[in-house]
Amino acid sequence: MRIEVMLTILVMAAATFATRFSSQALLGNTSIPPWFQRLLKHVPTAMLTALIAPAIFAPQGIVSFAIDNPYLLAGMAAAFLAYLRQSPIVTMGGGMIVMLTMRSFTI
Amino acid sequence: MNIRQFREGMIDTIPIMFGVFPFGLAYGIVAQSNGLTAGETLAMSLLVFAGAAQFVCLPMFAESAGLAMISLTALLINLRHLLMGASLAPHMTGLSMPLKALLSFGMADETYAITIRRIQQKGYSPAYQLGSNTAGYCTWTLSTAGGILLGSHISDPLSWGLDFAMPATFLALLVPRLTDKVSLMVCLVAAGVSLWAAVAIPGKWYIIIACLSGVAAGGLMERRETNAD
Repeated sequence: MRIEVMLTILVMAAATFATRFSSQALLGNTSIPPWFQRLLKHVPTAMLTALIAPAIFAPQGIVSFAIDNPYLLAGMAAAFLAYLRQSPIVTMGGGMIVMLTMRSFTI
Repeated sequence: MNIRQFREGMIDTIPIMFGVFPFGLAYGIVAQSNGLTAGETLAMSLLVFAGAAQFVCLPMFAESAGLAMISLTALLINLRHLLMGASLAPHMTGLSMPLKALLSFGMADETYAITIRRIQQKGYSPAYQLGSNTAGYCTWTLSTAGGILLGSHISDPLSWGLDFAMPATFLALLVPRLTDKVSLMVCLVAAGVSLWAAVAIPGKWYIIIACLSGVAAGGLMERRETNAD
């Protein structure tokens, strides 16, 4: 282990922890105004969407609605299973099967 | 601490961990090809515990980018945690500061999503969140160790399409949330903006920009609906 690398990792860890903890430290013991709480209620939906959409519609950094985008087809399969209220493991498994099948055809 | 809820949190997190494991393996493999030692690679997973930031910083270590540049990059990539932490804050107000700190340390995209689902279904439980965080932390560090051991013996597991496991499990958490017009609007706006921003803006800014846009759209729509009543 090199000292300067370990030091960088420690500062990275501190910076990351700061992003996770500061909302708790700042909002924690004061009452959060109701209008702000109403807005915060939408964060999970917006956050999950922001993580999913580019991974499915633009896996290579280019937006692709084409049929040969395996991420799009597998994503549609997973979304459909989730719509049918299947468990996360079935949703993920179904999506992965579509993904791996398409991959084995294209290679 | 409620042991039953702790275990429940761990078990509910296991399905999504199938999506995390290949990322940890890939990180362990790629870190060494970027010149980090086994100890440094593992230390980063143990201390930082943030997949996206760790990945993005790897080539910067290879180029000796320096402490300030690397830490600032990690900070920017993880800014989305501010929003996630804020949305959990109303539920955590009664907890002690050390417990808040411990629970915050383990808050990653996946454990946050699982904890939020539990809040929606049965209410908030710190034991449940800690269980979910523990499962996430163990998976991330063990898969990193696995990647270090495998080293260059296998090709990058993400090239097989295993990177799809993550969006697939997030879909399982997102779709049940879309039960009313406002949620649907939040989702559509966030999706549109994230696609535009992911292509147009370098780095991981698209996550925060899309999240804020979706939240704003939801807020505006709700206000219009209450005004119309």
